[in-house]
Amino acid sequence: MKFHHKQKKQGLYNPMNEHDSCGVGFVANIHGKKSHKIVSQGLELLTNLTHRGATGYDPKLGDGAGILIQIPDIFFRNELESKGQNLPPIGKYAVGMCFFPQGKKNQALCENKIREIIEDEKQNQALCENKIREIIEDEKQSFLNWRDVPFNNKDIAKAAKDVQPIIKQVFIGRNESLPNQAAFERKLFVIRKRIEIEISKLTIEDPANFYISSMSSRTIVYKGMLLAHEVGDFFPDLVDETSTSAIALVHQRFSTNTFPAWELAHPYRMIAHNGEINTVRGNINWIKARAGKMESMLLGDDLKKLWPLIDETQSDSASFDNCLELLVAGGYSLPHAMMMLVPEAWSDNPLMNDDRKAFYEYHATTMEPWDGPAAVAFTDGQMIGATLDRNGLRPARYLMTDDGVVMMASEMGVLKFPEEKIVKKWRLEPGKMLLIDLQEGRVIDDDEVKTLLSTAKPYKKKINDSRFSLSDLTLKSENFSLKESVLDTQQAFGYSQEDINFIIKPMIEAGMEPSGSMGNDAALPVLSNRPKLLFNYFKQLFAQVTNPPIDPIRENIVMSLMTFIGPKPNLFNQTDDYPAPRLEANQPILTINELDKLRSIDSLSDNKFKACTIDITFELKKEVSLEKLLENELDRICKLAKKSTDNYNIIILSDRNVSKNRMAVPALLACSATHQHLIKEGLRTHTGLVVDTGSAKEIHHFALLAGYGAEAICPWLAFKTIEGISNDLSTAQNNYIKAVGKGLFKVMSKMGISTYQSYCGAQIFEAVGLNQNFIDQYFYGTSTNIEGIGIKEIAEEISRIHQKAFGDDPVLINALDAGGEYAFRIRGEEHMWNPESIAKLQHATRSNEFETYKEYAKLINDQTKKHKTLRGLFSFKKNTAIKLSEVESAKEIVKRFATGAMSLGSISTEAHSTLAIAMNRIGGKSNTGEGGEDKKRVFPITKDSLISEHLGTDIIESDFKLKAGDSMRSRIKQVASGRFGVTAEYLSSADQIQIKMAQGAKPGEGGQLPGHKVSTYIAKLRFSVPGVGLISPPPHHDIYSIEDLAQLIHDLKNANPNASISVKLVSETGVGTVAAGVAKAKSDHIVIAGHDGGTGASPISSIKHAGTPWEIGLAETQQTLVLNQLRGRVVLQVDGQMKTGRDVVIGAMLGADEFGFATAPLVVEGCIMMRKCHLNTCPVGIATQDPILRKRFAGQPEHVVNFFFFVAEEIREIMASLGIKKFNDLVGRSDLLDTKKGIDHWKIQGLDFSKIFYQPDMGKEVSRYNTETQYHALDKALDIELIRRSTNTIKSKEPCEFSIPISNTNRTVGTLLSHEIAKQYGNDGLPDDSIKINLEGTAGQSFGAFLAKGVTLNLHGEGNDYVAKGICGGKIIIRPPHNFKGIDDKNIIVGNTVMYGATSGETYFRGIAGERFCVRNSGASAVVEGVGNHGCEYMTGGTVVVLGQTGQNFAAGMSGGVAYIYDPMGQFNLKCNQTMVALERIQRENEQSSGPRHLDQADEIILKSLVEKHLKYTDSKIAKKIIEHWEQELVNFTKVMPNEYKRALNEMYNASKKEAA
Amino acid sequence: MGKVTGFLDFPRLSEDYVAPAERVKNYKEFVLTLSDDEAKTQGARCMDCGIPFCNNGCPVNNIIPDWNDLVYKQDWLGALEVLHSTNNFPEFTSRICPAPCEAACTLNINSDPVGIKSIEHAIIDKAWENNWVLPQISKNKTGKKIAIVGSGPAGMAAAQQLARVGHHVVVLEKNDRIGGLLRYGIPDFKMEKIHIDRRVKQMEKEGVVFQTNQNVGENVNPDELVDEYDAVILAGGAEWPRDLPIPGRDLDGVHFAMDFLPLQNKVVAGDKFDNQIMATNKHVVVIGGGDTGSDCVGTSNRHGAASITQFELMPQPPESENKLLAWPYWPLKMRTSSSHEEGCDRDWSIATKSFEDDGNGKVKELIASKVKWENGKMKLKSLLQVR
Repeated sequence: MKFHHKQKKQGLYNPMNEHDSCGVGFVANIHGKKSHKIVSQGLELLTNLTHRGATGYDPKLGDGAGILIQIPDIFFRNELESKGQNLPPIGKYAVGMCFFPQGKKNQALCENKIREIIEDEKQNQALCENKIREIIEDEKQSFLNWRDVPFNNKDIAKAAKDVQPIIKQVFIGRNESLPNQAAFERKLFVIRKRIEIEISKLTIEDPANFYISSMSSRTIVYKGMLLAHEVGDFFPDLVDETSTSAIALVHQRFSTNTFPAWELAHPYRMIAHNGEINTVRGNINWIKARAGKMESMLLGDDLKKLWPLIDETQSDSASFDNCLELLVAGGYSLPHAMMMLVPEAWSDNPLMNDDRKAFYEYHATTMEPWDGPAAVAFTDGQMIGATLDRNGLRPARYLMTDDGVVMMASEMGVLKFPEEKIVKKWRLEPGKMLLIDLQEGRVIDDDEVKTLLSTAKPYKKKINDSRFSLSDLTLKSENFSLKESVLDTQQAFGYSQEDINFIIKPMIEAGMEPSGSMGNDAALPVLSNRPKLLFNYFKQLFAQVTNPPIDPIRENIVMSLMTFIGPKPNLFNQTDDYPAPRLEANQPILTINELDKLRSIDSLSDNKFKACTIDITFELKKEVSLEKLLENELDRICKLAKKSTDNYNIIILSDRNVSKNRMAVPALLACSATHQHLIKEGLRTHTGLVVDTGSAKEIHHFALLAGYGAEAICPWLAFKTIEGISNDLSTAQNNYIKAVGKGLFKVMSKMGISTYQSYCGAQIFEAVGLNQNFIDQYFYGTSTNIEGIGIKEIAEEISRIHQKAFGDDPVLINALDAGGEYAFRIRGEEHMWNPESIAKLQHATRSNEFETYKEYAKLINDQTKKHKTLRGLFSFKKNTAIKLSEVESAKEIVKRFATGAMSLGSISTEAHSTLAIAMNRIGGKSNTGEGGEDKKRVFPITKDSLISEHLGTDIIESDFKLKAGDSMRSRIKQVASGRFGVTAEYLSSADQIQIKMAQGAKPGEGGQLPGHKVSTYIAKLRFSVPGVGLISPPPHHDIYSIEDLAQLIHDLKNANPNASISVKLVSETGVGTVAAGVAKAKSDHIVIAGHDGGTGASPISSIKHAGTPWEIGLAETQQTLVLNQLRGRVVLQVDGQMKTGRDVVIGAMLGADEFGFATAPLVVEGCIMMRKCHLNTCPVGIATQDPILRKRFAGQPEHVVNFFFFVAEEIREIMASLGIKKFNDLVGRSDLLDTKKGIDHWKIQGLDFSKIFYQPDMGKEVSRYNTETQYHALDKALDIELIRRSTNTIKSKEPCEFSIPISNTNRTVGTLLSHEIAKQYGNDGLPDDSIKINLEGTAGQSFGAFLAKGVTLNLHGEGNDYVAKGICGGKIIIRPPHNFKGIDDKNIIVGNTVMYGATSGETYFRGIAGERFCVRNSGASAVVEGVGNHGCEYMTGGTVVVLGQTGQNFAAGMSGGVAYIYDPMGQFNLKCNQTMVALERIQRENEQSSGPRHLDQADEIILKSLVEKHLKYTDSKIAKKIIEHWEQELVNFTKVMPNEYKRALNEMYNASKKEAA
Repeated sequence: MGKVTGFLDFPRLSEDYVAPAERVKNYKEFVLTLSDDEAKTQGARCMDCGIPFCNNGCPVNNIIPDWNDLVYKQDWLGALEVLHSTNNFPEFTSRICPAPCEAACTLNINSDPVGIKSIEHAIIDKAWENNWVLPQISKNKTGKKIAIVGSGPAGMAAAQQLARVGHHVVVLEKNDRIGGLLRYGIPDFKMEKIHIDRRVKQMEKEGVVFQTNQNVGENVNPDELVDEYDAVILAGGAEWPRDLPIPGRDLDGVHFAMDFLPLQNKVVAGDKFDNQIMATNKHVVVIGGGDTGSDCVGTSNRHGAASITQFELMPQPPESENKLLAWPYWPLKMRTSSSHEEGCDRDWSIATKSFEDDGNGKVKELIASKVKWENGKMKLKSLLQVR
């Protein structure tokens, strides 16, 4: 088959959704001393990063790799001399590295064009109005020569070879008129952009693309569709001894596709990036928007030639690179530009000095952050450096040697240096920068470079001179009155009773967004018979796998809602002494008074600002169609907005004039239309955009308005509504604003975005049920996959709402519409779970009557009248039927079923074990959920007995019978972000290990099990303390990108080689490309969950507005996997409101092998959709831990078994009718699906499912269902050797000790060994130190993950990220190598996220650890000599001793365990997040009361013994000093005591005292 | 929603009745409404279910959870408004409805259902007491005329809704008083007729014109109705009794319930009859075990019958249903009505075969048969005589 260089958009696959992430690194000689060694070291570094990249279906096909070096002058000089070309002196010529399409004709075409442009530039030179140039003689740059770049493609993958471009270098001579090399570089940038733009206009048909990797007089990039180790082999240039450079910047890519694309390899011209830019859509828009106002002294008219600056089809990293180039070309220094693009978290940082804050604040109006996890290495050939995002979400470590070499990389050990030559080992800290100035020949540290830049100009004064803060301005405003009654106005904006009771009331009472439960089974907006607000057609996007969500509560130091209202200054206006005025608001929700201030802003701001209000209501006219009216109105608004920029600089779109005769344009539509129109006109940065609307009431609405451009929003009707329902208006209003703010943080953070400024206009949404024309017109750039309604239907919809409001429907005269969105209501929205369907299902399964089941299935399946789901609109194509007896048996089919991940904690023991027993009886799989599993459940039941006989009468409240042969073991063990109960034993008992990346009800969010639900039993299973609340963080702290996921999959595979590893994703646009990445990351199994599933508690807006139906996500996944030839390698499972056999058949046809059910089996167990899971009052004993309620549980495993067999029988009947015998023959057969005919509904008619039914055109040999298994390379693990040497010990418990070398490519060391131990001994393991392994070298990632008791890893060297992840009893000691000369507490010894999810065991680290040390530790102890940010976050147990500095936000979300911090300088309290903990002095043993104690011991004893052990194991100098002066030093320790833990200890102590008495 | 844990904290409290011995002395209602506090506590038991099965179980889809909550919060006016939004005449339903809502209540799955009917009763009685039930007179008249044939609950409800949106509504009733079966089918001790009179007054103020003694098809020409009005609604009810055509059916002393009950209601209303069917000192057999049968039992007891026996063809239902298979539907189970409490013998699986003449054309005894039910089919078991 033929490969295109990039797959085209087809079906649901869209190349725009591709993600990549990677390993990055550089080597540099600080003094700028060029050598070939640096180049070869760069290549070596690259080779050792191989495991951070990925390969596709062909193991030789990598995702791309490359290297950036300085121009190897001697090499080129020699090369060109042989061609008879004498190169000008270095710096006076440039090399452009070009990829040409393959055809000869194409090549000529391109060559000519390039030549033409280069020559042309020399003529245009004179035209460049540029002050600098005016005084310098016009000299010409010249085309010098071409050079064919030699290559050796013998060993590269065929697919890469097929699309290999012709690679040529163009040599360009510098025009002597240019004043300096910088000007030359600028000119080269212009030349390159022009070439790119103009060549893209030529019609070239070729698999390879035209592309310029680099064009510079300083640097050159060699890259391609290569594996990391192939780069040097492929480009002989790089191995030539005369190729010298002082820098080598390298990159290994991990992409979510397998389509070979040479140009997508990094490095780009100035950067190599590891991470993801979440806000890229908005950033690109804003760059476009700025074009109109942009002027640069340096670039002059050349600036105009650069547009379009960013090719929107390219990757986020490439876009970032373009923007950085622009900033640098416009005159910002490289570090200055980087600080603008990736600013630190500054607004609430108490540790940052005022100058630096002012610097960031000043630049905030100039450039919004390019937000997302990022480790960016950058260089312009003169400086090289790297910076990390504000949250430190990517790893970057570096070292320096005494002979002036700096090496930075994603991990350590990639390049070996003699230890004695190393003077410093450190890491890049969140928001910090490492900069090497090759000209000055020194490393400039973060503080120095930033101080220099932030004091270069009086930024503080500039801000003070120009700033207006909305809250500081005062204006007495009059109470405004509505045109109509409050009720009618509310109805006109679609308010329902639920909006008041479920949304607004909880917000004004508690200041936070309300919770709901049991997912969403209501009709999709586009299928609903009831008119819906436009807001409802948009779904929030969220981060999964390729970037992490943020915890906006515990990590709110990085979050900011600050917004600037008004025009944005010229990007390049750096010299202005009178900076543009800036109007700031602390958060974007304006009160009515604040909006009044904006209206009168001219008088309040001395005419610096002038606001114009555009009325977005319009009169109804009978003679014009609604559609036309609305279109005209939008046109009018856009034109007015454009015109207003002549005289005004703030636009307020207002719908306050709504009345019986005036209808409001949906505010979202007006806002986005205006925003996008102004961008198109290049005027968006001339004005601010504020929306004053009655329609915005819930968080989703505000998020949407922000996402489509609103800088601030005044929800006037929400305030009017609050007036009517609250006694204390000001508190209520404040609470409401607070709740919206928190909600916005949550919505932003689930995409990993931390500032409102960069969220604004970022369009982090997709549409479901809006047609492409409409989207292109008003919401350009938003993804929409199934077409749907357009402007006509939207007009109809708003008119229906309007008519209802002002009509005479008796039901609406005195009351709002019932709603029925969140709970079933007779007069409300349709739900699939309704009184009839629940009753029928329960009666059918309890009485085992298939006929009753069929009645149930008909209620669900037949949606001819009441449309609820997309699949309800599908039909099966006619086919020749076969006899039912010919179809695969039900017994086989039920094996494909699994129950959903519901933890013991979210549901009762009874409900949980009933599901497990039932699934084991049918050979399906049940899922533990996040929360561990009682080891008693692992053993099979050997005789008929009662469940209480096995689990204990104190555990079981509602007993039931088990049969011999039953098992309570959950075959799927879940690993979620909280890692509760995840131990070697737990993992070893799994058949499948499921990594929950996201869940349907609240993708991108964490969770919380409140203290009152943590019973003694649950606490035991989760290794925590009863009564102490447990937090699951939003991200897995060991998965910030795709290669991290690959690492976790590898870890878990090591923890249980027999289990398949599953990754659970939630359907959203782009999930297919994520799934392809996951398949490449070696997942064996992928779950695609629909947006609508979900039990347990979740914020209401997430249940409703995040994620998409599984039909779309599953189809996209299937298509993308088939297209990438990866489908056969994985098992695909789908879940989300699966209810019947028909659902399953459709799931199979769209590509699923397996099927997950959650709500339906719960209903079978007795759930009646109370939707009170979050209140612990489930009256049928399912979603509760209350023993009294659990007694009411009436479910039986038989009922669940009956259900699944009914479903299978229904499937068989459908299969027979379609003539299909084997289930596998059903998988991926979307060709059997059709759209149901004859549905006559005004909204549904526009839907188009052809993209869902699409099948990529691949050969027969490309698999459409699971056919093979993944290769996990466990046979190459170091552990094979470790196990061999300790076999005897495992058998006999006879201790052993041995030594072995280690390197960074030995990942997950000790885990397979631990699995062997856990298999036999469970978590009891072996006696301590039974297997003592001495290692030397740099350990790869996940050193000692899930290390079992009895194993001691004693490492001389250093660790990388995830050391001791999930350690459960083992011991890890890491100390620097013998010959290392650095100072321990000034050097890093282990990387990020060390001991994540540890449950027991000990670690001793002689040196400093990276960020997030001991996150979610629940029982292990650790001694370390310093930690980075977020230490001990979410910790619930264990003991941590830090003998040195900590980073910021220590102890955020820490609810248990104790940390002792050595803090002689007394600075710790500034760095500790004291929301949940208190700091205490450590009492002497004899002082401390014998009351409740951590570990039942005095603090002094615990601390001293740990420090002594640290000294003993590691020879720590600091430990030695402390022990020697114990009496004096003890006072230098601070104890971090979580409040909840203290309370729980007290309670337990009092209880035990009572018992004793 | 009421109180989050209300259903765990408070037991169900049923409305009290006046003692049987006392209540059989007259035809007054004997159900005592809940006090405000009691109603509040009972309202607190409501769980505000995600799916309010009660809402669906209720034939008029009363929005039960909402008014339960409002009563819990003692917002009686609010509760009244919600109650009236689905139900024109809660004072009728709260007295005589068998309350399928309570069968459908999710608390009924494994506990005692919320006392929905008693709360409804409390709301509407309080409303009338406080004069909150006011005429809602339409502001705009449509000029359309509508005739409604029959003044039972359906006719009345239709009339009220149509009048309130501004139509001119005339209700035609064949009897001498308004109310249909409400008036003459339901004994006063179940529902006193003042409730109908009050409503009629309210509706008259809303513009409904009531005309009694208008028997369409008899003294009113249907064609004229159709010509005269813009619309005609037929709300004639179902008065045709189910007969038992067995030997002796035409003997004196064998009556339809609907010959028996209305007369007593008319007497209570002040009418006088010489030939009222009286049970006083007689041995009464009520054939049929349903609610109407119960009404006959209650009326007979008030007449002072010598004995009362009630027959039911079907076997005695279980004391309680298998809730796992019955809920949320109306279950078949043993029900003892207030009339049963007042005294009567009940017998099940009885098929009446014939009535025997005392020689004077009066019924003397009846012959019945014990039957057995197998697979839904009736089988004769043995004959017995009842005097």
